[in-house]
Amino acid sequence: MAEHETVGELLARRGITRRALLKYTAYLASVMALAPSASKVMAQALSETRRQSVIWLSFQECTGCTESLTRSFSPTLEDLIFDLISLDYHETLQAVSGAAAEEARLAAMEENKGKYVVVVDGSVSTKDGGVYSTNAGKTNLEVLKETAADALAVISVGTCAAFGGIPHANPNPTGAVAVSDIIKDKPIINIPGCPPIAEAIAGTVGYLVTFGSIPELDDKGRPKSFFGDSIHDRCYRRPFYDRGLFAKSFDDEGARKGWCLYEVGCKGPVTYNACATLKWNGGVSFPIQSGHGCLGCSEPNFWDKGSFYRALPADTGVNGGVVAGAAVAGAAVGAASAWMARRRKERAIEEAKS
Amino acid sequence: MTLLDFARGIGMEIALSIFALGVLWRLFSLLLLPWSKERSVKRADAPSSLVAGTQGFFRHMWPAQTSASMFVTINGYVFHIGLAIVVFGFAQHILFIKGLFGLTWPGIPSTFINIVAVITLASLVAALVRRISNPVTRLLSGFNDYFSWTVTALPVLTGLLAVGHYIEPYETILALHILSVELLLIWFPFGKLMHAFLVFLTRSETGIFYSRRGVDI
Repeated sequence: MAEHETVGELLARRGITRRALLKYTAYLASVMALAPSASKVMAQALSETRRQSVIWLSFQECTGCTESLTRSFSPTLEDLIFDLISLDYHETLQAVSGAAAEEARLAAMEENKGKYVVVVDGSVSTKDGGVYSTNAGKTNLEVLKETAADALAVISVGTCAAFGGIPHANPNPTGAVAVSDIIKDKPIINIPGCPPIAEAIAGTVGYLVTFGSIPELDDKGRPKSFFGDSIHDRCYRRPFYDRGLFAKSFDDEGARKGWCLYEVGCKGPVTYNACATLKWNGGVSFPIQSGHGCLGCSEPNFWDKGSFYRALPADTGVNGGVVAGAAVAGAAVGAASAWMARRRKERAIEEAKS
Repeated sequence: MTLLDFARGIGMEIALSIFALGVLWRLFSLLLLPWSKERSVKRADAPSSLVAGTQGFFRHMWPAQTSASMFVTINGYVFHIGLAIVVFGFAQHILFIKGLFGLTWPGIPSTFINIVAVITLASLVAALVRRISNPVTRLLSGFNDYFSWTVTALPVLTGLLAVGHYIEPYETILALHILSVELLLIWFPFGKLMHAFLVFLTRSETGIFYSRRGVDI
């Protein structure tokens, strides 16, 4: 590949036509709810710009986020994202290893100072200086601070990077935190999910590359185009919810008829993601369509919000012992106050007699 | 911790604990008080205390023969029955009770619940308007009355807003709805809402008192 090759030149060299690029940008524009004219602007901008340098850091994670993007139903339009970016460092995907890999990261940082994008998947260990997750002799904490210092923006891919995720769950032995808890001086885009939807990753990176700016985000730093609606609002089973038709268990008549999974713990009403619209595996299905309630994996602390199978209106674990103790204490205080009243009355009678 | 996490977790635990403590405190302190000795002579034809108490309780459920009392009684029935239907008939509320006590029963269709909730809220507003517009009830009303009304009406209002998704994000209005219920639970033992328990005692006791003296009620 030529050193300063534009995306357009690269695509032409690989035999990808302008029509294919337009199709891709139209797809990106539509999933992000951009104006129809945006697809042409995106295609034009992409074909004329150099590929965006991306440094992908993998911390305390399971590689599911990378798998989501790379192992999706292939060949897909999402694959094209790798033609739009120059993936200068990705421990899972890069061929080199050891010192050469680290040199590639430092070289990309030096060459694209202030212009490269850092993608992080995985949470950051902070306990005991972050020694519970290291790579090439450096803690994730050190690498993140070092790499983000001269970055254009940071994209936290997956719930672990965005909100701490499973490593952050109680008892959080490694002191895992989100990227946004460490990096405070750079724009951060959160694309949560366990894993996130491939289109959400590709669309956000595509937007950033095309427009050089951050898409509109919600209060949790998520692109509104993918996280603007709750699963519940877009769920095809919503009419059953409105009619009060619920599956009571995973093998009852309601479940077989495809009724709402609210009573078996679906967290769709309080979960914001695009699963119900974009779906998975090339739009084939998503968890609710497969018969399982939403776990709420794109929300902070989803692992610590009580059982996945506990209905949303139910409490998340009221300690019956505390309530019973309060009841006993109330009875004791009541009995004591009545006893004191009796004593006062007896004393008054005795005083009246004497 | 989000507002919803707090409401569903520690907030609910605190509210239920205060509710249990307060209710048992008031009931024990009242029921274990020394009873005043009845010094009047019981009328010869007066029924037993059990019968007189039962009669007195049920007699008070019937409206008096004035139009004003008729409105108060009927309107009172409307919002009390409405509250009972909404609290114990809505599928989501049954799930809440099941989570706490393990008890469950079939729910009522949500469309019917919504209609009942709107009628209940309207009835509660009518009760408040009547209380304020009537010079006698206005004079007799204080903070306890108005606050008890507020903590009763708020869960109905926030519940309707949550079900209809009138306020976004949904988790915020859901959290506010649960918090409003927790406020009701906390206030319940210490305000006039305690009548839900004491009404059986007070009306029966009044029935016995009047019966002993031959007062027709």
